[in-house]
Amino acid sequence: MSTITPRAMGQALDRLDGADKVRGLARYAFEHPVDHPAYLFPVQSTVAVGRITGIDRSQASAQPGVLAVLTYHNAPRLSTEDGELRVLQSDEVAFRGQIVAAVIAETSEIARHAASLVRVDYEGRTHNVDLRAEVPGHREHLRVPNEVLPLFPMDTAEGDVDAAMASAAVRVDEVYSTPWYTHNALEPHTTIACWTEEGFTLHLSTQGVTGIQAGVAQAFRLDPSQVRVISPHVGGAFGSKVYPRADVVLAAMAARSVPGRPVKFALTRQQTFSLTGYRPPTIQRVRLGAGSDGRLTAIDHRSIEQTSKLKEFAEHSTRATPSMYAAPNRGTQQWVAELDVPTPTIMRAPGEASGMFALESAMDELAIACGLDPIELRIRNEPDTHPHFHLPFSSRNLVTCLREGARRFGWERRDPTPRARREGGWLIGTGVAAATYPVLRLPGSKATIRADANGRYAVLIAAVDIGTGTRTALTQVAADALQADVEQIDLRLGDTAYPPAAEEGASAGITSWGAAICAAADQLRQRLATEHGGTVPADGLEITADTPENEYLKQYAMHSFGAQFAEVRVHEETGEIRVPRQLGVFACGRIVNPKTARSQLLGGMAWGLSMSLHEQSVLDLRFGHVVNHDLAQYHISSNADIGAVEVHWIEEDDPYVNPMGTKGVGEIGIVGVAAAIANAVYHATGIRIRDLPITLDKLLPG
Amino acid sequence: MRTFRYERASTTSGAVALLAEAPHGAFLGGGTNLVDLMKLDVARPDLLVDVRRLTSDRVEELSNGGVRIGAGVSNSQLAADPLIRRRYPMLSQALLSGASGQLRNLATAAGNLLQRTRCPYFQDVTTPCNKREPGTGCSAIEGHHRDLAILGTSPECVATHPSDLAVALVALDAVVRTEGPDGERVIPMTELHRLPGAEPQRDTVLRHGELITAIDLPPLAFAACSYFRKIRDRASYAFALVTVAAAIDVVDGVVRDVRIAFGGVAHKPWRAIKAEELLRGGPAGEDQFRRAAEAELADARPLAGNAFKVPLARNTMVRTLLDLLEGPR
Repeated sequence: MSTITPRAMGQALDRLDGADKVRGLARYAFEHPVDHPAYLFPVQSTVAVGRITGIDRSQASAQPGVLAVLTYHNAPRLSTEDGELRVLQSDEVAFRGQIVAAVIAETSEIARHAASLVRVDYEGRTHNVDLRAEVPGHREHLRVPNEVLPLFPMDTAEGDVDAAMASAAVRVDEVYSTPWYTHNALEPHTTIACWTEEGFTLHLSTQGVTGIQAGVAQAFRLDPSQVRVISPHVGGAFGSKVYPRADVVLAAMAARSVPGRPVKFALTRQQTFSLTGYRPPTIQRVRLGAGSDGRLTAIDHRSIEQTSKLKEFAEHSTRATPSMYAAPNRGTQQWVAELDVPTPTIMRAPGEASGMFALESAMDELAIACGLDPIELRIRNEPDTHPHFHLPFSSRNLVTCLREGARRFGWERRDPTPRARREGGWLIGTGVAAATYPVLRLPGSKATIRADANGRYAVLIAAVDIGTGTRTALTQVAADALQADVEQIDLRLGDTAYPPAAEEGASAGITSWGAAICAAADQLRQRLATEHGGTVPADGLEITADTPENEYLKQYAMHSFGAQFAEVRVHEETGEIRVPRQLGVFACGRIVNPKTARSQLLGGMAWGLSMSLHEQSVLDLRFGHVVNHDLAQYHISSNADIGAVEVHWIEEDDPYVNPMGTKGVGEIGIVGVAAAIANAVYHATGIRIRDLPITLDKLLPG
Repeated sequence: MRTFRYERASTTSGAVALLAEAPHGAFLGGGTNLVDLMKLDVARPDLLVDVRRLTSDRVEELSNGGVRIGAGVSNSQLAADPLIRRRYPMLSQALLSGASGQLRNLATAAGNLLQRTRCPYFQDVTTPCNKREPGTGCSAIEGHHRDLAILGTSPECVATHPSDLAVALVALDAVVRTEGPDGERVIPMTELHRLPGAEPQRDTVLRHGELITAIDLPPLAFAACSYFRKIRDRASYAFALVTVAAAIDVVDGVVRDVRIAFGGVAHKPWRAIKAEELLRGGPAGEDQFRRAAEAELADARPLAGNAFKVPLARNTMVRTLLDLLEGPR
């Protein structure tokens, strides 16, 4: 694998679609113009677990403008084992809010009203939605989930943690917890589905058109060529639009019921809380043992989280721990409890975001117990090679990030004593935490490059730009891969009409798709040289190549690292919390586009603040649903909550990760923020908060 | 959303007459809360009588030195009004601490007072709620009630009133002027909203078809230095955990007069009468403020999930009064 020379890469290009987005010309799924659409609205279960004993749709069907009412009696039979996709296939209810019927009507208002008239009777059964009840002494409900990524085993062990803890001079042994988080993309999950003799055409908001195509084709027993999925622009996704969910299947079912008519379906905000996945709550125990010099002798991290009974999804929240610090005795364990809840899914930095809150809070507690500066503690425990894989890192600049961040943040002036700084009734504290995310490459992408005789290149790949700037960054990659100017590249994505592509996720987009584009460009150059004397023939030349495997994967461990700093203010009398300052320094390989990369990292840091202080899906244990299911009640940090945010990165030249030298920037911005803020809150107040979010009632003086 | 009729009258009496004949009808002001509730199927009016442009949209000085606020004045306009900002700054602060700029542009002064509670169970027709469907039970008492009431609750309902403006108006002894099928009347703000008791479905003492036409503020010289302090879960707009509206008149270290109201703690804006009585005529100082707050909150009956509101309300009241003592910021 050869690396490509950066010419376009590294340029802070404006988004190629920026002007269209600002002017409202970029079309999102629901806005796609279609003739004579019908509208869909679902009916959701009002019990958490049970059986439907009767459905009366007569009143709904009698409404003028109602075209059809779908229930498990009349819905098409599906061919899928994915429990989340088996919509309207039986009388069983597995979570509150599950789709039990749906109305297709001439207008969205009629559909919504008629849906409220569908009467569903249930025989409810006792439900269990309480993860906390699973914890002490209830391990029989817990099991080890299947691997999320084959590279990272769910459980790891080396040495003897218990013995090392017993003899450690300094110990930390604490339980940390994180709540149920909901994505809340600005654009909810939307679909326009149309069924004709040729099959389905689906305009939808997704992170992966190829995956949706495969899922829908399987469910309806079609050849993938009979399912066209189009998704040119996506208004936020954050993991919730990676896997097909019930909404897509339901829209397709509805389209089958009214052949030739496009069916429009947009979830309400409330519906997204039960139908589109979430970050599962976690309960984590971290044990750290160290000498009085702070050198770790033991690291143990165990996490319990939830999945549904329909489908397993495990967020691997202990995944980052084996990559962080040197210690001869280490262990991680991951368990899931199957509850009567909707299935969780991927959310930005799945695993690292919640897991690093626990580990990096514990590291702060250890630093305090050892009387060491928390940055110095991390530097003392920097490993020479990857502690679990026993491989050298392809590049690892955690210490550089910490030192650079400390310098820029003004860390050296910090008095470590809690409650030492006060200003006008506000206690002020600062905190630091480390961040990491693996460099991942997803299989299954192909890129086609068509060169024409006029020096232009069409680059075709069914990748998706979920608002991150992929369209622009990938154009820069293609330009450098082809040794051409950006203006010569016509990149087309977001459509299954182009070669298949892995989903936009795992910070692997540029790596997975870019590597395929580089491979195609390599082959194109070779073909031109060997068969065409170095010039493009008059009728052009087309090459398609797959994402190659990374030949260095067995030789190097590949990770991004970063350092997060935060300053917090806590009001002495009311407990109100403000974060006037955040600073992040990241080592993420080559930055393809400094403008869009900065936005990615900054967005991650802002969300990290939101995750720390504001966000929480509140579950009502009696009903089994999220009660604060709208944006008035589910608080997300807004402009007034975000202070000065500085984003920096250090130059990294890593020839092993991929031809571009990139590591991905989508996830790491959120990692470590919650710990940095919790650590700063401790510094300000002397109060250690181990359960997120950090709300004022937890800090309020009695 | 159910189908409904939409009417616009040319006079207030015409509007009142239209609604008098429609027992399930409602007045439409800015619609910023009502329309949401209609989408959620919580409110099911069969007739909307649009009064957005019917009542006055002006803020006028009264001959007694007070100020009259037309019911149709937008929240944005009211918050920015120079007379309000000069004489009753707490009112402007209350408005600016609520909602977004877009909502404030649309929402009316009268409509603000008639918002429904944001209790999550009230807003979700799939859960029991005595306020929405009397007799079905209260889901909040044993459920999620972090934001809900600690004072004046009943076994039927622990909802809070969401308006910030109303809290300031209660502190200022404002009155609302109404026109209804039985004629015109004047209702003190302190009596407009009710405690839930056995009838939590009734938020106010207004009768069906009774329209608020104006809000009158009496003259109150010392309100020129007044504060509205809102404690919420984030710095951006959010409904209150606790608010305090306060004005204090201190001469030579002695409290000549004081006005205090709490928001976010009860089914109505909570005028702190006990605290005011304790403070009036006594010395002004932190200890006195604290004792007064504790006396006012002695009747608090918090639930497991909102007990923090008691010390929060106390501390916020003390801090607000201390800030007032230090003079204009």
